[in-house]
Amino acid sequence: MDLVADNLTAGYPGHTAVRDVSLGVREGEVTVVVGPNGCGKSTLLRCMARLHRPAGGCVRVGGADVWRLRPRAVARRVSLLPQVPEAPEGITAAGLVRFGRHPHQGLLRQWSSRDEAAVTRAMADAGITDLADRRLDRLSGGQRQRCWLALALAQDTPVMLLDEPISMLDLGHQVEVLGVIRHLAAGGRAVVMVLHDLTTAARYADTLVAMRDGRIVDHGPPRATVTPALIRTLYGVDADILAAPGDGAPVVVPRHERAGRGGDAEESSADAGVAACTSEKGTPP
Amino acid sequence: MTAPRHEGRSARLLAGALVALVLPALVVLSLVTGAGEPGPVGSLRYLLSAGSVPDAATADTVIRTLRLPRTAAAVVVGIALGVAGCLLQALTRNPLAETGILGINAGAALAVVLGITYAGAGTGAAYLVWAFAGALAGSALVLLLANAGAATPLRLVLAGIALGSTFSGLTAAVLLGNQASYDQYRFWVLGTLSGVDTGALWFIMPAVAASVALALLVTRPLSALLLGDDAARALGHHPRVIRAWVALAATLAAGSAVALAGPIAFLGLLAPHAARAVAGPRLGVQCVLSGVVGAAVLLGADIVARVVVPPFEVPASVLVALLGAPVMIWVVRSNRLLRLTTSGGGP
Repeated sequence: MDLVADNLTAGYPGHTAVRDVSLGVREGEVTVVVGPNGCGKSTLLRCMARLHRPAGGCVRVGGADVWRLRPRAVARRVSLLPQVPEAPEGITAAGLVRFGRHPHQGLLRQWSSRDEAAVTRAMADAGITDLADRRLDRLSGGQRQRCWLALALAQDTPVMLLDEPISMLDLGHQVEVLGVIRHLAAGGRAVVMVLHDLTTAARYADTLVAMRDGRIVDHGPPRATVTPALIRTLYGVDADILAAPGDGAPVVVPRHERAGRGGDAEESSADAGVAACTSEKGTPP
Repeated sequence: MTAPRHEGRSARLLAGALVALVLPALVVLSLVTGAGEPGPVGSLRYLLSAGSVPDAATADTVIRTLRLPRTAAAVVVGIALGVAGCLLQALTRNPLAETGILGINAGAALAVVLGITYAGAGTGAAYLVWAFAGALAGSALVLLLANAGAATPLRLVLAGIALGSTFSGLTAAVLLGNQASYDQYRFWVLGTLSGVDTGALWFIMPAVAASVALALLVTRPLSALLLGDDAARALGHHPRVIRAWVALAATLAAGSAVALAGPIAFLGLLAPHAARAVAGPRLGVQCVLSGVVGAAVLLGADIVARVVVPPFEVPASVLVALLGAPVMIWVVRSNRLLRLTTSGGGP
């Protein structure tokens, strides 16, 4: 099942965040959206998950306009890992993951063995089986983030939208989670994720989508897309692009001299990303 | 790794014990306790012998027509306030929310005062109808005001406070010019169960039953709202629709309670916190337990109300505060106080 955004324009009163964006994601592929803070990545993702009604254009999943489908029907096809999620205090990791089965349950249809199996598999895929009975609020940031990923996995949807799924993970867990995501794509899912780190994005994406000021400035296979010109367009930073010794994937090395603005934007990407999310969230809906 | 499981099990055990032992014990105690005859021994003998005691006629009258409806009312009102408080705290994501928050109590009070002053309401049945209508109207106005844009928890709370204050102001304004109304109102506003009869119970029971049934249906989607609106919608839920149903259930429950017993503060705050401390974060379990705790505390308070200064009675609402405070202090002291929701960001 594929997800298509067609000439999508969306925003908030007094501010257009996404301008005329068209984007298609196919089964078995990982699409990574990159761009500076406030470029409209999150709004694009929210539109694709039917959380934000676009001002123009439309989003179709499996050929059907998401706004013509019921929310639950969309939630069985598309899952979203939100940026800064919240949860009731005291909830266990397994308790959180079980929420992922809500789209598959009715008002009266109760927990089934299929739900149990999906939750068990999701927790195994996210590597949190050991944490099942631990309280979410007592886990580390990285463990918690994998619990939220497991929630999205338990939803068992052909399309997954992940808003910065690795922002709080250390290198080891980043590789692990991105491995899970690649594995999911290999299993036939369509994955769209927002990442801040260009090198990681280039390594794990089939298609890279670069956004700035609400528009797509370039898209395509990472090796063809990641160029010094693109880095300068996106971030106003001069950078060298190296080829990774193992597989030749592009590695972005920003130069210290400033081009347009702050030259160290890339190095502190993870932390800057988290702070930026919070402020993006703060804009009125 | 197994610790939380044990915690959950002991919680369910405690809840089970409360339902199976404490509540029935309190019900029996309530039936045999009163300011007048028959005393506890006589009452118990009457209950056990099914009516074949010397002064069966008196006992029959007292227990059947006075104590039984009163006991049933305490249970019904306690359940209603406990469930409504639990729903409202989750709905507004505000741990300080209680059954007064949607303008329910203030609306009921204003309606009762208007009824007394301008429509000659003077009986318990009249108060009941006016209070129920006022509670529903007050809550409807609050919801209308909050829903004009999007009914976020903050909007609900603020609309409730704003309209609640307006209602209280109007109530005071009407009362200022009417000494007679004030004298009547004074008794109503001190919530008590002493005047409840079977007719009032039958009038209000369907509303409470409906609200509890509705509450049980909405707890699952409501619990998803505690993950944040975005997460809930990504799971296929409809936050605005859910909020409307939850508000309806809470309004019916709290409106029934205030109509039957007058405003009883604190119980709707205490019961959900006690339930959450014992039951953990699962909202469905919390709501059921909150209802049971509400019933037990109110029934206990009403029993004590009859015996502290015989032959007079203390309003149950006063004793709820006195008896409820230790429970609340235990919850606060025991480190079991759970926040309704935490940002997933920091540790």
